[in-house]
Amino acid sequence: MTTPSVLTPTVLTPSVLPDEARENKRLFLLRLWIVLTLLLGGNYVVWRWLASVNWSVWWISVPLVVAETYSVVDLALFGMTMWRSRRRLAAPEPLEGATVDVFITTYNEPVDLVLTTAQAAENITYPHRTWILDDGDRSELRDAAETLGVGYVTRGLEWAGKPRHAKAGNLNNALVQTTGEYILVLDADMVPEPQILHRTLGYFSDDKVALVQTPQYFNNVPRSDPLGSQAPLFYGPIQEGKDGWGAAFFCGSNAVLRREALMELGILGYVTATEKAVIGRLKDARGAVRRAMRRASDAPTRSALSDTSRAIAVALAQIANGEPIAEVTYVLQSKLTRLSSEAVSNDLAQIAADLDSLGFADHGISAEGERGELVALLSSAQLSPVHELPPVQTTVRATDVARSEEALAVLPMATISVTEDMATSMRLHANGWKSVFHNEILAEGLAPEGLDASMTQRLRWAQGTVQVMLKENPLFLRGLSWPQRLMYFSTMWSYLSGFATLVYILAPVLFLTAGVLPVTSYAAPFFLRFLPFMVANQLLFVIASRGLPTWRGQQYTMALFPLWIRACVSAAANVFAGAPLSFAVTPKSGTRTERVELRKVAWQLVAVVALVVAAIAGVVRLFVLHSEPIGTLVNIGWVVFDLVTMSVLVGAVRYRGFSGEKGSR
Amino acid sequence: MTSFQVDEVRAGVSVIRVEGRLNMVAAPELRDVVAQAVASGRTRLVVDLSGVEFMDSSGLGALIGALKTTRQAGGDLRIASPGEQVTMVLQLSNVDRILKPYRSSDDAFTD
Repeated sequence: MTTPSVLTPTVLTPSVLPDEARENKRLFLLRLWIVLTLLLGGNYVVWRWLASVNWSVWWISVPLVVAETYSVVDLALFGMTMWRSRRRLAAPEPLEGATVDVFITTYNEPVDLVLTTAQAAENITYPHRTWILDDGDRSELRDAAETLGVGYVTRGLEWAGKPRHAKAGNLNNALVQTTGEYILVLDADMVPEPQILHRTLGYFSDDKVALVQTPQYFNNVPRSDPLGSQAPLFYGPIQEGKDGWGAAFFCGSNAVLRREALMELGILGYVTATEKAVIGRLKDARGAVRRAMRRASDAPTRSALSDTSRAIAVALAQIANGEPIAEVTYVLQSKLTRLSSEAVSNDLAQIAADLDSLGFADHGISAEGERGELVALLSSAQLSPVHELPPVQTTVRATDVARSEEALAVLPMATISVTEDMATSMRLHANGWKSVFHNEILAEGLAPEGLDASMTQRLRWAQGTVQVMLKENPLFLRGLSWPQRLMYFSTMWSYLSGFATLVYILAPVLFLTAGVLPVTSYAAPFFLRFLPFMVANQLLFVIASRGLPTWRGQQYTMALFPLWIRACVSAAANVFAGAPLSFAVTPKSGTRTERVELRKVAWQLVAVVALVVAAIAGVVRLFVLHSEPIGTLVNIGWVVFDLVTMSVLVGAVRYRGFSGEKGSR
Repeated sequence: MTSFQVDEVRAGVSVIRVEGRLNMVAAPELRDVVAQAVASGRTRLVVDLSGVEFMDSSGLGALIGALKTTRQAGGDLRIASPGEQVTMVLQLSNVDRILKPYRSSDDAFTD
């Protein structure tokens, strides 16, 4: 379940279809405003770079102007998203006679909660089969599933000792055991409406549609949404905008997928990965064999190694020639076995000759005849003197076409990230499949009810998104159109905001306490460029959000800056240095807390103290040292804005869970 | 309905003849048939595709799963006599880069 955007306000619009003419007019005005805002933004940032960077304090001036540039680029990507943001017309008539599997993924959620969802899934009116995908392998849940008459899937023996790939692995495991043409994926807490399939299956009458995503809505969130749980801007205008560019994302739950598309993804991925792995490993093995040959002192070893080297060369040439890899690797394996038996036969002949010459007539050791089985036994991979040579072992490993390091050879759901959903839809799009965002709430779930759990969830989304950006950057992914690339990149880019926020906090603190001025002018040239841009920017959000509140989302985007920074740093360490991510499943219940979790927001507290001290220092400097008044005023205004934004955390740490008063839908 | 017939043609080599559609419905069945064969020691398998009129990605997935199962048991999986549609699917999916389609199940294990 991913909410890639960190803009998460509170109330959803009712699901009514807009009239066409009014919608066109709205979009025209919105586009006009986007152009205006970006022109003002461009004007401001160009002036900043060319005419107002205080190079004498470059160590803060440059980070500030870079942060501002980051924000303008972010705004440009947002503008592009909104350019095509419009509601789809009524959903097409559902397909007739389609087969559907409903997957409910669970790991450690309470059995009751899973069963409530399973019962609601059973009540979906379109014919289907319901499956509980229990990654926790709980016998209690297995029994309950049987009583309810729904399918139950858990990991089999083939997963022992293999990477489990969390939810992606859970889904892949179920995909190979089920048969429906379409798959509705639901998180354990997402209770579906009976008509969910009727409303979504119609889109698949277009043969190229692989995904229909619907919004994720949480029914345990009060109107004030203290934790910023709802994401109506994302599951509304933003996804509609991405949809307009042919890039609506898969968000892990409340979505219907086409099995054929997923399997195709798995197959193509398998072939590419296997070809790459076999060639790469064979080349490594060739190098290892050559190095060992140079060191080998005895003739038999050298000869065995030189034969191995020749066999590898032949195999590589055959693969380059287009011969099927399973065939080539099997032949190579057989050659290695033959080398072994030759070596063993030679050894045995030598032993027999030695024994003969010593006068043991009846030793029975022979390399031929019925004793051939002795050769076979001694030349098996476990006992063979040739296979004992490390470079030969490397060669044997190179012949693996079965993805032995994985439980399954074919992995339809992408496993490169802890947010498998975004990575999977990106690959679907790259393979030419289409996606749809259907903006109607058809399932309701539970949001975390404590700041701790909420932050865990956001950390995972951010880490996963940054992981995908670093491992499979959409800007360079073949098969995606440029708008699609930018739509994926836009979400990734927004997760880099933590660094910009840090600079936005440091800059006023440095000015107010030490008089360090990163901008050469706080006079008219600054205001004339900055203020119109800022006003246009805020209004753009108002217009684009169609009356949805966006303030809570803006607050969390800023207030959680240490979390975003941590996500970027840990994801980079994971991708480049293989450091493990502190991965956690977001708890769905029992997430309330009775303590005030100040530890969780320690960095924010430091920032708040610094900002308050800076504001006081600024006032003192103004009156005592007669520092520059306009600059001081601008920076105090800036500090106040930062403090108001971060005040969201006061409500968050004091929040004690949902008590019943619902936000409207 | 899709049917699977397993015959041991000679020592260590068994042929699985698939009749019908090798699609998402039949894929888990093929997976089970292969698992049973390998469990009973038949690790060198030929999947005879001459009777398959239609194959999809799930069918391909089952073939690759079968390759994994047999290789891990020290054997191998070969495919034989694909028809026109099956050959096209093998090419489009690039699976022909991995598996070689033999002309007949007799040719599949000459080594």
